Amino acid sequence: MTANALSKTLLVIGGSSDIGRAIASRYAVAGWQVVLAVRDVAAGTRNASDIAARSGRAVPVHRLDILETDQFAAMLDGLPVLPDTVVCVVGDMGDQARSEADPLAAQRVLRANFEGPALFLGMIAERFAARGTGAIVGISSVAGDRGRASNYIYGAAKAGFTAFLSGLRNRLAGRGIRVVTVKPGFVRTRMTEGMALPGPLTADPSEVGRAVFRAAEQGRGEVIYVRGVWRPLMMVIRAVPERIFKRMQL
Amino acid sequence: MTEFHGWGRYPRHDSALISPLAPGEVASLYDDADGRPRAGLIARGAGRAYGDAAIGDSATVVMRGLDRIRSFDRQTGRVTVEAGLLLADLIGVAMPAGWFPPVVPGTRFVTIGGMIAADVHGKNHHRAGGFGDHVETLTLALPDGQMVTCGPDHHPDLFRATIGGMGLTGMIVEASFTLVPIQTGWISQRTVVAPDLDRALAALRDAAEATYSVAWIDCLARGAALGRSLVYLGEHATPADLTARAGADRWPPAVGGRFTVPLDAPSMMLNRLSVGAFNALYYKRGARAAGQAMLVPWDRYFFPLDGIGDWNRLYGARGFVQYQCVLPMTAAAGTLADILERVSRAGHASFLAVLKQLGPAHGDLSFPMEGVTLALDLPVSARVLALLNDLDRLVVAAGGRLYLAKDARQSPATFEAGYPGRDRLRRLRHQIGAPGRLSSKLSTRLGI
Ligand SMILES: Cc1cc2nc3c(=O)[nH]c(=O)nc-3n(C[C@H](O)[C@H](O)[C@H](O)COP(=O)(O)OP(=O)(O)OC[C@H]3O[C@@H](n4cnc5c(N)ncnc54)[C@H](O)[C@@H]3O)c2cc1C
Repeated sequence: MTANALSKTLLVIGGSSDIGRAIASRYAVAGWQVVLAVRDVAAGTRNASDIAARSGRAVPVHRLDILETDQFAAMLDGLPVLPDTVVCVVGDMGDQARSEADPLAAQRVLRANFEGPALFLGMIAERFAARGTGAIVGISSVAGDRGRASNYIYGAAKAGFTAFLSGLRNRLAGRGIRVVTVKPGFVRTRMTEGMALPGPLTADPSEVGRAVFRAAEQGRGEVIYVRGVWRPLMMVIRAVPERIFKRMQL
Repeated sequence: MTEFHGWGRYPRHDSALISPLAPGEVASLYDDADGRPRAGLIARGAGRAYGDAAIGDSATVVMRGLDRIRSFDRQTGRVTVEAGLLLADLIGVAMPAGWFPPVVPGTRFVTIGGMIAADVHGKNHHRAGGFGDHVETLTLALPDGQMVTCGPDHHPDLFRATIGGMGLTGMIVEASFTLVPIQTGWISQRTVVAPDLDRALAALRDAAEATYSVAWIDCLARGAALGRSLVYLGEHATPADLTARAGADRWPPAVGGRFTVPLDAPSMMLNRLSVGAFNALYYKRGARAAGQAMLVPWDRYFFPLDGIGDWNRLYGARGFVQYQCVLPMTAAAGTLADILERVSRAGHASFLAVLKQLGPAHGDLSFPMEGVTLALDLPVSARVLALLNDLDRLVVAAGGRLYLAKDARQSPATFEAGYPGRDRLRRLRHQIGAPGRLSSKLSTRLGI
């Protein structure tokens, strides 16, 4: 734990999720001040008190709903300090069949995975750019690498988010601001509860936490798959010609 | 439906899997999504019970999602934790701050809920009692959907039934207890060589003042060497003890998972020959090191088997059973000799055989009683199961009992004879509406 790290602050958007918790814990262990922003304050407090008990350092909780875009500025202004790193873990897989039938359901998925995170991180980027330092981490998804019949509404939103992060990285390159895109693949979490997951492709939340820290704070990678096997796998999936892909019904 | 089994991988049963993710969800699990009451639920922690205790009769509620530390007071050592927290996790947080759990079992991959539900004993039961003796309050989701907090002075009947109650009174959601202060993560260990059973029991008895004591017993030794043992005594080391060992890290990190058993071993791997050779070597090596105190890192002292991931696969695909009985002091020597004699004569190789001294316990269904406990691992086979039925008769005749957290096969009669607190537990279960709603394969098999 260095004196330098002690003065650093991490803000996690979506801090009540398993992945958010794991990332926050990894930073807390390294001596960072951790702040959680959550929609459900009770659930967020449960994670916050856990991280505080483990690290011996209080973890403040702020309320933030990623769909309430008009609240973003007030929330950011209410923080005691502009954080050094911001990680956005927010996501809503929705239900593909429902999204197909109900435009409002589809809209919620699109907004929660793309609009909200992009607008929030965009505002953060402006403040980081003004200060000249900062790291931005977006948790996107392999689902955004290619649209699939089974989840293309969610996938399309994640694809948009991936493109946003890539553009932001491009724009801020050389200005002291790091932008990291993380594609976790399968993770054992609330969202995947009860599904049979392929072992070698499935990461624990703590692996995501370590991967984010390595990429954002130790400069090891800017677009990362938490489990390396995903990279060649997704390369192949992206390369399959549309004519064949559409018959695969993935 | 999911196939469940315990650490012994025998028996296997299908049960529906339910995974609550927050304490607030637990009480509502007694009804399904349509509000209809569910039957045959049981809580499950890390599944380290050997047999069928943590398999729900129809549905199994996996508590691992409830793994938050709610508070940890570094001045007093008091913690409040959710029941699905792994002991390994708690130690990882507590130890660098100078605290250690008051009681730990032989593996750290158990949950706090599982430790309370089995009222687990450590190598210090003779002095510290079971884990349940240290629980100050616990929060329980009762079958009627109520959450209650109980403790020794608060709903004491419910508390006594829940300590060691094998999940049959409700689902433990949270618990508070106080850790003990330690100065280093090392144990100062002394080995006493006991060439036969009588001297092993005497050494354990003489060690009443030692903080920790446990005997490894060579269960294949016969004749005059029957029951020959290495008795390990342990104390938490002080920084002064460490100076002898230059460069020792005051809080050595866990060395977990050095080696993982990748596949089910062919069942002949652990046979009389290989275990016999291992035991002979182990005894000799231990005897050579006897006398002088040595420093052992905490994880190797308390959890020697945790270093080998999935070691339960060593027993082959059919699985194994652990036979753990406790015998009252007066009958211990004679009955133990009889048991060891029969196991040795049958030529069954038990890779792990342990003797411990136990004190009295306070839960209605707690396993410990004043006396001596023996634990043996044996691969499942028709012959082994028949042998164990014979051993049951010896245990019952001696006034002893079998540990429910290890059990996969005892008969209702053996259970009835061994657990005088069973009727009190049954009455309490009726009071809280548990029969039918909370039941495991174990409780149904034994008629609890
Ligand atoms: C290698 C090894 C060494 C061991 N050494 C010892 C030892 O030295 N001393 C000892 O006493 N035991 C020992 N055990 C047994 C172990 O400590 C117990 O079986 C313990 O209960 C396992 O905890 P678990 O979290 O895995 O629970 P599980 O195996 O999942 O469940 C065990 C019981 O606890 C109940 N339960 C679990 N969680 C809850 C909850 N939240 N609420 C209500 N009920 C619950 C279950 O219904 C079940 O009846 C050992 C086991 C192994 C594998």
